[in-house]
Amino acid sequence: MSILVDKKTRLLVQGFTGSQATLHSEQSIEYGTNIVGGVTPGKGGQKHLDIPVFNSVHEAVEEVEPNASIIFVPAQFCKDSILEAADAGIKLIICITEGIPTLDMLIVKKKVDELDVTLIGPNCPGIITPGEAKLGIMPGSIHMKGSVGIISRSGTLTYEAVKQTSDLGLGQSTCIGIGGDPIPGTSFIDVLKMLEADDQTKAIVMVGEIGGTAEEEAAEYIKDNVSKPVISYIAGQTAPAGKRMGHAGAIIAGGKGTAANKIKKLKECGVHIAENLLQIGTKTKEVLG
Amino acid sequence: MNLHEYQGKELFAKFGLPVSNNAVVTSPDDVLSACRDIGGDKWVVKAQVHAGGRGKAGGVKLVDSPEEAIEFANHWLGNRLVTYQTDSNGQLVSSILVEECTDISKELYLSAVIDRGSQRIVFIGSSEGGVNIEEVAEKTPEKIIYEPIDPLTGPLGFQARKISKVLGLDNEQSKQFSKMLSQLTKLFISYDLSLLEINPLVITQGGKLHCLDAKINIDSNAIYRQPEIQAMRDLSQEDPREAEAAKSDLSYVSLDGNIGCMVNGAGLAMGTMDTIKYFGGSPANFLDVGGTATQERVSKAFKLILADPEVKVVLVNIFGGIVRCDLIAEGILAAIEEVGVSIPVVVRLEGNNADIGSDILAKSNAAIESLNNLEEASKKAVELSR
Repeated sequence: MSILVDKKTRLLVQGFTGSQATLHSEQSIEYGTNIVGGVTPGKGGQKHLDIPVFNSVHEAVEEVEPNASIIFVPAQFCKDSILEAADAGIKLIICITEGIPTLDMLIVKKKVDELDVTLIGPNCPGIITPGEAKLGIMPGSIHMKGSVGIISRSGTLTYEAVKQTSDLGLGQSTCIGIGGDPIPGTSFIDVLKMLEADDQTKAIVMVGEIGGTAEEEAAEYIKDNVSKPVISYIAGQTAPAGKRMGHAGAIIAGGKGTAANKIKKLKECGVHIAENLLQIGTKTKEVLG
Repeated sequence: MNLHEYQGKELFAKFGLPVSNNAVVTSPDDVLSACRDIGGDKWVVKAQVHAGGRGKAGGVKLVDSPEEAIEFANHWLGNRLVTYQTDSNGQLVSSILVEECTDISKELYLSAVIDRGSQRIVFIGSSEGGVNIEEVAEKTPEKIIYEPIDPLTGPLGFQARKISKVLGLDNEQSKQFSKMLSQLTKLFISYDLSLLEINPLVITQGGKLHCLDAKINIDSNAIYRQPEIQAMRDLSQEDPREAEAAKSDLSYVSLDGNIGCMVNGAGLAMGTMDTIKYFGGSPANFLDVGGTATQERVSKAFKLILADPEVKVVLVNIFGGIVRCDLIAEGILAAIEEVGVSIPVVVRLEGNNADIGSDILAKSNAAIESLNNLEEASKKAVELSR
């Protein structure tokens, strides 16, 4: 088993004919992902990468029955695209785009919760179940089917965790980048819940970073609800206060959101800490015995 | 992005919020007419910089005569104001806000932020104004109220009354506050704010609520749709290197170490800084060169890093995902040649075709240490920085 995506996933690509979407769709198809259609308003009826293009998500749903959608449209159109997919009845939406205004996400998050939609991202690398399906921009080649579930707020840092667990022969069940924005569609806790219930997952790696209190909340949740070992690394131990470190969500504000505070809380709740990013793999192997 | 107090007050006035009569001057020659236009015989002069703590640093003064105001302007205009929130260089003062004097009977606190936990705009109010709100939150949490606003309904009357009670307002003031709350919410949403703070919000001796300060931050993701705000940008208040980086679409934050860092991805960039520290070194900067790491971007990144005279060695850490490492290696070499990098560069490449990429770097004539392993690369950079 795995979570959210597998060989049966029928993927729709929004913003399909753009350059980024094209590049990553090609890579995903090569990995074995079943892309059933794409949407670019005004280009309906054409074929792109030998896959039908539609003018709207609703038309695509009618014709090719996707059960997941990945979004590559520019930030100013993401609110519209996410809510279009949700309105058309798609229950798993992945938004890769970075730079969506926070007030747009405030509305989007409320709507997707109302409609019981799982939104992953925005500003994220996507989701992959190794050997089954890749819905995102991560390099497929570093992954290996295995027993570690990975959740992360950062893209390339996820790749580090993946590479290290692959090199040590542990492999991954499913890897999810929840994104670096202040208001993510899916939280650490949402994914922890799914990984705890997944048979294939034997350990969970949670990669956090400075800003907000998502890691502290996850720590509380883990203490009471997660029986599997959780290994965590927190980036930004040397980050100064008050400066946004690339990600919109990565900022220490008013003394809140420091790495030290997150690590302290995670330790208190029984989470294994990789003190350095180089130790994510070895720590996981050690914990799994 | 931040606004000056006077810009914040312009927006307040536009939304019908009570602010003092004021004028902004950029030359001491304009102070006299500003005082006369405002009227009265007492004024408050305030140096305009993007930092708090101005009062304690001498950047705010109550004056009894236009001459005193002119003296203040002569002293500060063109000078730099250092407060506990700035670095040791301080911030350039290029304008001064002259305001009519307000008779204060009580100082309160009011702010609005986007709260990640509740995923709402949340108003924060306190009967303790004019002081550091974090201290109030720690010592007397009962004097603070947090009220989240539902995006569907906007602020409701009962919420205004709840906050009024904590602020200690009477009936008339509570009615005035209810209107303010609704206008502040409109302002927050119209301009895509991420923070709005009025510290202090005061009750005047006439019993009215009045905004004595205005601190506004705007969500940088939304600047593209705020032309009015774009026009208010004051680049003199931003770190020149950070502003330059932003123009090239690179995320850069300067730090005080001597190991320049160039990394793809924000999380990995922070992780690399941490690793440098772990091995006893000190990072000179945070820099996310972006997912694609093309020659053009790498060149710009080198220029930014080398503009910092403290930098003794550059550590490049790239996890090549979709982009092949051999292409990245060629980009790095071309950039080093283009920019004329003369200090040692340590490169760690990982991902697709990493071996070929490292080979290309190893065979070049440039002063590059190419190490596939992040631990070794970090240790090497730390060693070279000593």
